[in-house]
Amino acid sequence: MDSKISVKSNNYSRSWLFKMAWRDSRRSRSKLFLFTTSIAIGIAALVAINSFKRNLDEEIQLQAKTLLGADLEIYSKKPFTREQYSLLDSLGDERSSQTRFGSMVYFPRTDGTRLVQVRGISGFYPYYGKIETEPHWAAGDLTNGPYALVDEKLMLQFNVELGDEVRIGNLSLEIRGKLKNVPGQSGISTSIAPVVYISEGNAFASGLIKKGSRVTFSKFYKYPIESMADDVIATYGDRIKELELGKETVEERKKDTSEAFANMSIFLNLAAFIALLLGSIGVAGAVHIYLKEKNQSVAILRCLGVKSKQAFYIYLIQVLFMGLIGSLIGTGLGLALQYYLPKLLGEILPFSFEAKIFGAVIIEGVFLGLIIAVLFALLPLIRLGKISPLQSIRAAFEANESKISRASIIIFTTLVLFLVGFAYIQIGEWKQSLMFVGGLAVTFGLLILLAKGLMSVARRISSKTSSFLVKQGIANLHRPNNQSTILLLTIGICAVLISTLLFSRYILVEQITLTGANERPNMVLFDIQTHQKEELKTLVIDYDLPVVQDVPIVTIRLKEINGINKKAAEKDSTLEIPNWLFNREYRVTFRDSLVNSETLAEGKWQSKVESPDDSIFVSVSEGFAEGRKWKIGDELLFNVQGALIKTYIGSFRKVDWRRVQTNFLIVFPTGVLEQAPQFHVLVTKVDQSDISARFQQAVVRLFPNVSIIDLELIIKTVEEVLNKVSFAINFMAGFSVLTGLIVLAGSVVLSKTQRVQESVLLRTIGARSYQIFWITFLEYLALGAIASIAGLLLAHTFSYLLAEFVFENDFLFSIYHTVFIFFAVTFGTVTIGLFNIRPVLKKSPLEILRKEI
Amino acid sequence: MSTILKVEGLSKTYQSGSKSLQVLHDISFSIQAGESLAIVGPSGSGKTTLLGLAAGLDQSDEGVVEIDQIKLNNLNEDDRAQVRNELVGFIFQNFQLIPTLSAIENVMVPLELRGDESAKNVATHLLEQVGLADRADHYPSQLSGGEQQRVAIARAFSNEPKILFADEPTGNLDEETGQKIEDLLFTLNKEKGTALVLVTHDTELAQKTDQVIHLKGGKMVESSLKASIAS
Repeated sequence: MDSKISVKSNNYSRSWLFKMAWRDSRRSRSKLFLFTTSIAIGIAALVAINSFKRNLDEEIQLQAKTLLGADLEIYSKKPFTREQYSLLDSLGDERSSQTRFGSMVYFPRTDGTRLVQVRGISGFYPYYGKIETEPHWAAGDLTNGPYALVDEKLMLQFNVELGDEVRIGNLSLEIRGKLKNVPGQSGISTSIAPVVYISEGNAFASGLIKKGSRVTFSKFYKYPIESMADDVIATYGDRIKELELGKETVEERKKDTSEAFANMSIFLNLAAFIALLLGSIGVAGAVHIYLKEKNQSVAILRCLGVKSKQAFYIYLIQVLFMGLIGSLIGTGLGLALQYYLPKLLGEILPFSFEAKIFGAVIIEGVFLGLIIAVLFALLPLIRLGKISPLQSIRAAFEANESKISRASIIIFTTLVLFLVGFAYIQIGEWKQSLMFVGGLAVTFGLLILLAKGLMSVARRISSKTSSFLVKQGIANLHRPNNQSTILLLTIGICAVLISTLLFSRYILVEQITLTGANERPNMVLFDIQTHQKEELKTLVIDYDLPVVQDVPIVTIRLKEINGINKKAAEKDSTLEIPNWLFNREYRVTFRDSLVNSETLAEGKWQSKVESPDDSIFVSVSEGFAEGRKWKIGDELLFNVQGALIKTYIGSFRKVDWRRVQTNFLIVFPTGVLEQAPQFHVLVTKVDQSDISARFQQAVVRLFPNVSIIDLELIIKTVEEVLNKVSFAINFMAGFSVLTGLIVLAGSVVLSKTQRVQESVLLRTIGARSYQIFWITFLEYLALGAIASIAGLLLAHTFSYLLAEFVFENDFLFSIYHTVFIFFAVTFGTVTIGLFNIRPVLKKSPLEILRKEI
Repeated sequence: MSTILKVEGLSKTYQSGSKSLQVLHDISFSIQAGESLAIVGPSGSGKTTLLGLAAGLDQSDEGVVEIDQIKLNNLNEDDRAQVRNELVGFIFQNFQLIPTLSAIENVMVPLELRGDESAKNVATHLLEQVGLADRADHYPSQLSGGEQQRVAIARAFSNEPKILFADEPTGNLDEETGQKIEDLLFTLNKEKGTALVLVTHDTELAQKTDQVIHLKGGKMVESSLKASIAS
């Protein structure tokens, strides 16, 4: 090259790039604030949830042994047989026993009665964790006399004190200690069924353990090394199964505890993912519009000799810096929030814990924030590097952007991979992650198509409209430099994500909300023996109470399904018949009609079996049958306490399990089980608390084996807990919604410059305030309404898919949420749009033009 | 005297959808150090395109552009940026100051790009020369049109360019301010020995240059010395 200067020389220093980035940002920081806020809130939600999850996981790991209290538990619903005892003896030397059953307790001094979990223990159980009592030595004193340890809240509720008498069945015991904490027990479970500890000897002496009583007999083992429990299971597993014993190891309890939080965990992950995704969209939208406004500055810089890479770096530094600030603020906010989450969810956790700060979570938060900031800003950033210096002398000149560069393809691919990878990290399943990102891609594509369609329709309509205001408002949607695509994309995606989250929340919260609150019965009496039934009914009537339900219950086991028994099912895993189907006991009833919590879903309801030779058609809960892939006409052979009864599936019932009443998986027609050993449940409704107390005392006195569930009390407790869970879900969903709203506001605010300049020009040529108001109103109304309708349609589809495949729940349509989101998004878009042009309506055109340059 | 700008057989066609539009046909001229040249012609005759190509803001389809004997045709966009930074200064009709930078920072940019450590002193001196020392920290939106154009002139001369391109430098200014800007431009042009290429509709301004090129429909219809303009 015949050149006097070396065009390769490069004297500028790197610090100049930082200086330029700093200088350039000075007058635009309010615009970058939205960018920073988007990242900050997204990262805050993510850090709070991930930190909480990590704390929870660590606590489950740490307290896993405490949750079980031993290395291994072997249990049975029936008293151990001699054969079982000989096996139990060979499983380990260091062992303890526990006999657990539900029973009424009676406090004579204050005349209080309540259903409790009675735990009769012997030996040194729990080996891990501690039964915390007041006084602290009370637990050790339990086996030294007729003593009981009573749940602290129960004592408070019935105003009883240490030394008072408590009656359980035939026993009269002294309250020796207040139970403050039971290992492995959550606040919620002790609220619903408080615990009373007695010695195992006293449990047997109570007279409550009889044939047909619902009692769990357990043996707990402690081994010198934890892994020995696995060795024992490996050696004796088959024999344990053969003798129809249940088992639980520390690992299994750990898994169960984690799974208990699975749906909530998925939802929290979803909320965090959505919050971060919204933050990312906020970043992309903010950077796109911010950099679009920088085109002219870049063109001038390029004229002055700035290279494309230098221009790219100047704005990359700004993005990095704002990303770092956003990530740090977000991480700090998230860490502060994580201290709040355990308090919010304390009642449903089986242990209390203090939130800890994990270095990895901090690094993850900051690192992710930075990655998102850069990744989502890269596409508009590389476009910036391609700005021609010619644009400084020809404003309309635009480089040929139709060609998709290799860099754009690489960035786009990286973005998709990042989203899939991140979704996998949060959700933990490839299928769901791909579904999620695929859904986003579909949303993205459909919204772009919608934007193109809208612009095309606007072009056609605006030329045919006679009204000047409508024409201008609609024309704004398709004119050069319009914001239709970017706004429809950001508002639409926000609407989709927020709506999906709210609909999922609605589905989850509805699932756990009790229905029929007003008309529901409030007292259930169970474990009633057949000979006690009529006498007890008389007592109910004597107290002027209604017999709402009188339900016979028969305990049966499944012997064969379509001729396949347990052994055959075990041998052939392709049959996909789980063992527990044969191992579990089914409590069934018989009646001639459906009750109000049931509807017939499929098949024919058989009300009565007329003759012993007739086929018996049972009705199965639809959800249970679906899970097992049972069909109408399938043959089920039951063992009804020794007698084998062949039945066929005659119908499926849809059961509303949320109703507080007796509901059953399997219902027999009348004429089959009447003579089988059974117990009864009576359901009544007591409106006055003094009658309720007197009635309960009478029942406990006359029928010590009968248990009473005071639903009023339990429902109150359950509703309190559910409200807390709902609040936690709402709280996290609210976080994502907040991010969405900020992004929504941000995208509209960032489109301000364009609209303000146009409005000022209209003002300059004589447009009145109301005309500018209506033109802007129509443009943003169209954008907000179309984006929210599209978002809602997509969100309903996604919520249906989530309900079906992720939460495994019924999809519920909420008209309230749908209408609310439509109006909120549309109103929000229009309000922010109108807020933007406020200065045009209030100040002189020149003043605004000077400020807005 | 050495040739600072040499343009030979320059042509440019723009694609507009499926149609192509030739905006310049076979343009040739040259300018020596310290000389001035005006490009005149009606709107749409290709004046700005010619200025852009001659300054290396875009690539021609045919022909050669040489600035200080460097062939721009052989350079990529980044190398041309380097040439602009070292040898070229610009003045635009709409001033084109960077709105987020103050007056002094706008003047400093070309110097800082070259790693010139005396950028601030040079910029201050130049702002003094254009009479804006007291407005150094003001942003473009806080300056009048004439003041903005004076900052633009200070910026254009900051890197001591061998050639200055001016696109309608007084087009956005009133007569009195425009006159002051013209005087400043020619004074600095003479003082610093910079070649000057300007695009203008203003025949009076064109008269002040050493050479005038008339464009019509993208073709050079006349190239003359200032005497011919006067006639």
